[in-house]
Amino acid sequence: MIKFALQGLLARKLRTALTAIGVVLGVALISGTYVLTDSITSAFDSIFTQNYKNTDAAITGKNAIDASEDGTVPAPPFDAGLLAKVRGLPQVGAAGGAVSGEAQLIGKDGKSIVFGGAPNLGFSVDPTLPQFNSLTLVSGAWPAGDQVVIDTKTAKEKGFTTGDTIGVQARGAAEKMKISGLVEFGAVSSIGGATLAGFDLGTAQRLFDKTGKLDQILIATKSGTSEQQMLDAVRQILPTATQVRTADEQAKEDAAGTSSFLSFLQTFLLVFGGIALFVGSFVIANSLSITIAQRTREFATLRTLGASRRQILSTVVLEALVTGFVAAVAGLFLGLAIATGLFKLFDAVGFTLPNNGLVFRTRTIVVALIVGVVVTVLASLRPAWRATRVPPIAAVREGATLAPGRLNRYRPVGAALLAAGGIALVLVGLFADGLSTKTLLTLLGAGVLLLFIGIALFSSRLVRPLATVADPIARWSVVVLTALIWPFVLVPLWLVRRLFGRRTEFPGVLPDGPAVAIGGQNSRRDPHRTASTAAALMIGLALVTLVATLGAGLIRPFEQAVDGIFSADYAITAQNNFSPLPPPVAAEVAKVPGVQKVTSVRGGQAKAFGKTITITAVDPQAPELLTFDWRSGSQASLGELGTDGAIVDASYADTHALVLGSRFPMQTATGKTLQLQVKGVFRPPAGGSPFGNVTISTATFDATTSQPLNIYTFVNMSGGVTAANTATLNDALSTFPNAKALTRDEFKKAQTDSIKSILNVLYVLLALSVLVSLFGIVNTLVLTVFERTRELGMLRAIGLTRGQVKKMIRQESVITALIGAVIGIALGLLLASLLAARLDEISFTIPVAQLVIFAVVSVVVGIFAAIWPARRAAKLDPLEALQYE
Amino acid sequence: MEGTVTQVVEVVDAKDLVRVYGEGDTAVHALRGVGVRIEPGQLTAVMGPSGSGKSTLMHILAGLDRPTSGSVKIDGIEITTLGDDALTKLRRQHIGFIFQFFNLLPMLTARDNILLPLTIAGTKPDPEFFDNLVDRVGLADRLEHRPSELSGGQQQRVAIARALVSRPTVVFADEPTGNLDSRTSGEILKLMRSSVDEYGQTTVMVTHDAKAAAMADRVLYLADGEIVKETGRSNQHEILQIIDTLDLQ
Repeated sequence: MIKFALQGLLARKLRTALTAIGVVLGVALISGTYVLTDSITSAFDSIFTQNYKNTDAAITGKNAIDASEDGTVPAPPFDAGLLAKVRGLPQVGAAGGAVSGEAQLIGKDGKSIVFGGAPNLGFSVDPTLPQFNSLTLVSGAWPAGDQVVIDTKTAKEKGFTTGDTIGVQARGAAEKMKISGLVEFGAVSSIGGATLAGFDLGTAQRLFDKTGKLDQILIATKSGTSEQQMLDAVRQILPTATQVRTADEQAKEDAAGTSSFLSFLQTFLLVFGGIALFVGSFVIANSLSITIAQRTREFATLRTLGASRRQILSTVVLEALVTGFVAAVAGLFLGLAIATGLFKLFDAVGFTLPNNGLVFRTRTIVVALIVGVVVTVLASLRPAWRATRVPPIAAVREGATLAPGRLNRYRPVGAALLAAGGIALVLVGLFADGLSTKTLLTLLGAGVLLLFIGIALFSSRLVRPLATVADPIARWSVVVLTALIWPFVLVPLWLVRRLFGRRTEFPGVLPDGPAVAIGGQNSRRDPHRTASTAAALMIGLALVTLVATLGAGLIRPFEQAVDGIFSADYAITAQNNFSPLPPPVAAEVAKVPGVQKVTSVRGGQAKAFGKTITITAVDPQAPELLTFDWRSGSQASLGELGTDGAIVDASYADTHALVLGSRFPMQTATGKTLQLQVKGVFRPPAGGSPFGNVTISTATFDATTSQPLNIYTFVNMSGGVTAANTATLNDALSTFPNAKALTRDEFKKAQTDSIKSILNVLYVLLALSVLVSLFGIVNTLVLTVFERTRELGMLRAIGLTRGQVKKMIRQESVITALIGAVIGIALGLLLASLLAARLDEISFTIPVAQLVIFAVVSVVVGIFAAIWPARRAAKLDPLEALQYE
Repeated sequence: MEGTVTQVVEVVDAKDLVRVYGEGDTAVHALRGVGVRIEPGQLTAVMGPSGSGKSTLMHILAGLDRPTSGSVKIDGIEITTLGDDALTKLRRQHIGFIFQFFNLLPMLTARDNILLPLTIAGTKPDPEFFDNLVDRVGLADRLEHRPSELSGGQQQRVAIARALVSRPTVVFADEPTGNLDSRTSGEILKLMRSSVDEYGQTTVMVTHDAKAAAMADRVLYLADGEIVKETGRSNQHEILQIIDTLDLQ
């Protein structure tokens, strides 16, 4: 029986390959994700390990609170005096101190050098202690005072060499420095496109505003002393707000930020691999159902020869097993190609990911194979079960078809129950209180999954009415699309063919009445098949619609929030629109003639009521440029926070029972505890609050923060927004090339653009699922052509031309795609409306333009899917087709 | 004969077979109380025009269909009440099939097609018998070919060898020559006749072809769901005459 199953597969190579393509693509994305993230992780690990190759232990500053790794709260520097004390310890062989921070390099065009949003790293180097130096000097010399070494990539791409002068900007205004040499980080020319700038310690301390301070002390144990003894000795002299870690621990700590990002990236990509596989499983189930219906007589014959139901079942499942395995192996290798491609892609956009060669871990292989095989086998179970229901007598009946299963009449009810169960899970996930994020996501995921399966099963009921409606739409949308490409593609193609002496019909635009009518009928003839085929596309479109609707729903309240809160003319932001800026930028702006008011919002973290929260700080100018929606307190209180005043948002106030006048302690990152008094409670706007849970005065914030940064700076100028004012502001900012002035509208657009670019990434990833469903339609059509060989022969014999056969099949394809699109879009809107009802940040807005685009894309998918099956059908020789069997 | 030879178990023993399709006014009576006994080692032909119920009779005798009422015993086992598993086991041991459209599996070679019943049952072929069988059906040099590379006659030979390979108690043939030209039909009928003579293979053949029925040891004539006549070995001319007188055309 095994042989039988395998030979059956070989005999149906094409059909099997088409069936498996969804699994190949899904597994490819999964294995590609693993290879990519594993490779990056391994490269980063080697970088971080390299950093500490001669180091036994590292001393760093310590935040008093458990700050999250978003970069707003770096560990505070500590007093440089510690270095001498450490060096004085008998257990210490060598110790070097270093500072680091963000250092912008400024290109010859006066703009700061950024490669694809990567960071701009700056640090001190100490050539006298080469063992602690992770930089390799490629050419030139180590920097003396007020000199800089830069990385080879920046030098090469921006045209700098040793001896040139380059602009450098850290905490203060930009200054010119001589490039003393070029360096690389270990042996890699670039880490994630980051620019490197190395200075001598004194220069670095000045640039980073850490004079007399250090960020890190690296220690090598004296020979003959154990690492433990050294650590013990160091701990004895450690001042508060510092800590010592072994080199391994420190490397792990350094890598923590990257690993949490990488694990997010990994999960994110895996989810889309999973979606593609889910869609793929629909394609498999559908293709297998059709194939099995076509093999009815074969199974019946086997039954008459004594095959048991179990043997039939295992034959089909075995076929699925082998198909799944082969598809998974193919996907695995395609995944390697995807990973390589992604590395190249990131490189092309300037975000060079560290890559020490692709890492192909056993886990990748195991997961890819298991997932591919399990998904395929699961998808095959229902068709396989149907195959066992083929009665032996079907062997003697001509044109035997698979009778509907006994459970068929319960199908609509079962499907409706599944869909209802799915919705119920989604509702519970969204509206039940106190669920952990994990439970919530699991509920949502499972609910949406059930909903899709339920609707897919139920939708056969909708096929006839939908197909009737879609028929004329398909007809005319094809006409319009054909007319659009007619002068550019069809006519030139025809000319080329004529030139090569081939006789072809002159391409027409108008639909072919009779052929299209038969195609329309065909789409209604087996509602189950049409529905299952459309279901794959439905899923993709539902998700795309969901994303588009949420995106639209996210952007509008966001814009309203900006409008409601900021009444200023200009905003000052970093070139990348989101990095915080050092306070001197705002100070520079304040000096500009014509500037009437400047206010800045600082951002950071602190700990209150046992939890780390985000905090913001405002200055006395705030009431004039920021407008809050007050529950208690007033605009005036915004400017009178003093040393102990605080403003809290409404939900935080509710959670901790805070009202006007309440007092509560808050511990800052540097360890100081502030006794705060509530001076106001505000309602954050629906589009998301740009403020932390607690807002204090800038003066208090700066007094308790090591290196304060502004997250927003707003400016009012006399005359408001004018071209002259914009130019004046940008002129003033030339010493801070990383900063730019945006009008309020530009600011809004810049903020929403980032949401839009995330949406675009989601569209690209979901396009993979749409691609899988396209193959699903191709597959169904090819199988249908196989099945209708005789009928096609008859149609050709009574006078249908090849062109008409093609149009007939295209019509069926486009109608199927439109059915998938309509149900998918409706489902997507339903899910979006549920999410919007739950989340204040999202308003339910139907993105009409996008939906129209999606519908057009579906028609195009239908047209493309029909190309190849239509060609096969048109190639059939009418005579042979009729002699079939 | 009834009651006298009690030890002899008929290969197939069917009584009072009634088969009604549909219900109420639209009910069609395909069989109206048919009794048949098939003796071992004989070739029995069931003749009758389209709609006479001959195919229904064969389907029920072979356990492919269930009668509305009545009983069918194969080798003494009542099959009308058997479950799917028991029926499957019975088919492996007792029943072989030859189909009008051959029903070969296109992806298997002739050899694998012939051996398929044994493969399914998980038993090993007797190499001597297999070689002998392949020789007899004249396929020795065609064993590695697939059905698409064989002529209609050759395909039906493969099907015959497949029906015989497990040496079943009875072989049912459903219009075995219905899809073949007359010369090939003659060869196939000779082959079936010789399998009865040389292997003692009990065979039941449904046909509307007088030439085929002329090969049989016994001919049953069916009309309107009833057996209207039974004859022993007859020639083609006699059979056609009977059909004429019975107005079965």
